[in-house]
Amino acid sequence: MPGTKEIRTKIASVKSTQKITKAMEMVAASKMRRAQDRMKLARPYAAKMRSVIGNLTQANPDYRHSFLVEREPKSIGIVIISTDRGLCGGLNTNLFKNVIYLMREWQQKGASVNLCILGSKGLAFFRRLGLPILGSVTGLGDRPHVKDLIGAVKVMLDAYREGKIDRLFMVNAQFVNTMTQRPLVQQLLPAGSIKDTELPSHWDYIYEPEAMRILDGLLMRYIESQVYQGSVENVACEMAARMVAMKSASDNAGNLIGDLQLVYNKARQAAITKELAEIVGGAAAV
Amino acid sequence: MANTIHVDIVSAEGEIFSGPAKMVFLPAAEGEIGVAPRHAPLLALLKAGEVRVQPPEGDEQSFYVGGGALEVQPTKVTVLADTAARAADLDEAAALAARQRAEEALAGKIDKLEQAEALAELARAAAQLKLIQRLRKIRG
Repeated sequence: MPGTKEIRTKIASVKSTQKITKAMEMVAASKMRRAQDRMKLARPYAAKMRSVIGNLTQANPDYRHSFLVEREPKSIGIVIISTDRGLCGGLNTNLFKNVIYLMREWQQKGASVNLCILGSKGLAFFRRLGLPILGSVTGLGDRPHVKDLIGAVKVMLDAYREGKIDRLFMVNAQFVNTMTQRPLVQQLLPAGSIKDTELPSHWDYIYEPEAMRILDGLLMRYIESQVYQGSVENVACEMAARMVAMKSASDNAGNLIGDLQLVYNKARQAAITKELAEIVGGAAAV
Repeated sequence: MANTIHVDIVSAEGEIFSGPAKMVFLPAAEGEIGVAPRHAPLLALLKAGEVRVQPPEGDEQSFYVGGGALEVQPTKVTVLADTAARAADLDEAAALAARQRAEEALAGKIDKLEQAEALAELARAAAQLKLIQRLRKIRG
């Protein structure tokens, strides 16, 4: 029979763990709400930007920006957006699995893979694979700023311009709802075309000022907005995943405490019964 | 619907305006332009200034944009602003302070990048102040 004292200590320790997980759950819940608001606010801009770029790829400008031209994919780049901290369930693991699939797919086609990583969890994981990591940012916090992101991403854009990579993907967690986060693979470059049937077959924009300046500015903004949207969304996912993970941890701790309490009560009752039996036995002997 | 054009004004911080209009005026990089329904496709850069939207009914609405890009299709206008606000939400004191900061920065010794930043800041603050003053005149 386990000693009642040991069980009591164990219950106390599980209780304090539960307190911690519960606190983390509540922190994540309040952070999630804010992160979700930010994500919702950033969404229309990113969506509109995508549709403008989609229209742009349908146009027939005289000046072809390198970001819009398809090339033979000999080498690809992947921007991976991961979290800085753990304890958020399978969020990062699911994401990394998808990245590995993506890498395999391209490696089988004979393309080499270059990485750009946001978030220290991703960095720690992909460093072990020994693939070239062109850029990385960690410690972005709960409110990523475009300024912090752009440095690492610029490295990839430069590589694209120089022809070191022929295609650029971005992988991040997509926020579906609090319970569901899905890894999302997006092709950033060359900018994918979205079919819009309303548009006539051959047309072009009027550019003001000249096409080159507009396209440079617009495409930079496009990449910025997509990466920013990706990282804001990833933060919201992180918080939601952490909240759910911590909630189930608290629930598990609750179950564990219940079970331990039962064992403890039984042990205590057994001890009392034993003592009573001894007293009765002693009295009978006298 | 035939003689209205759909206008979306979005910035990285959120959607500011979405709705139909008879006419839109925008501060393009090379001068103000007016866009009527069935305008030819146009792609332009915007500088800091005022966007005026004339809805089919009711009064003209005024917005501030701090630069960005503009896409026009025959049935829709999309303003991708770096920053944007409803004109009524602009803060004169903040704009004045921003102008002061930018002027001070320009007066000091700075490198090219900082100078460009300060100039852009100055342009944004000036555009805001201009808009605030114009609104005040209208209201009397």
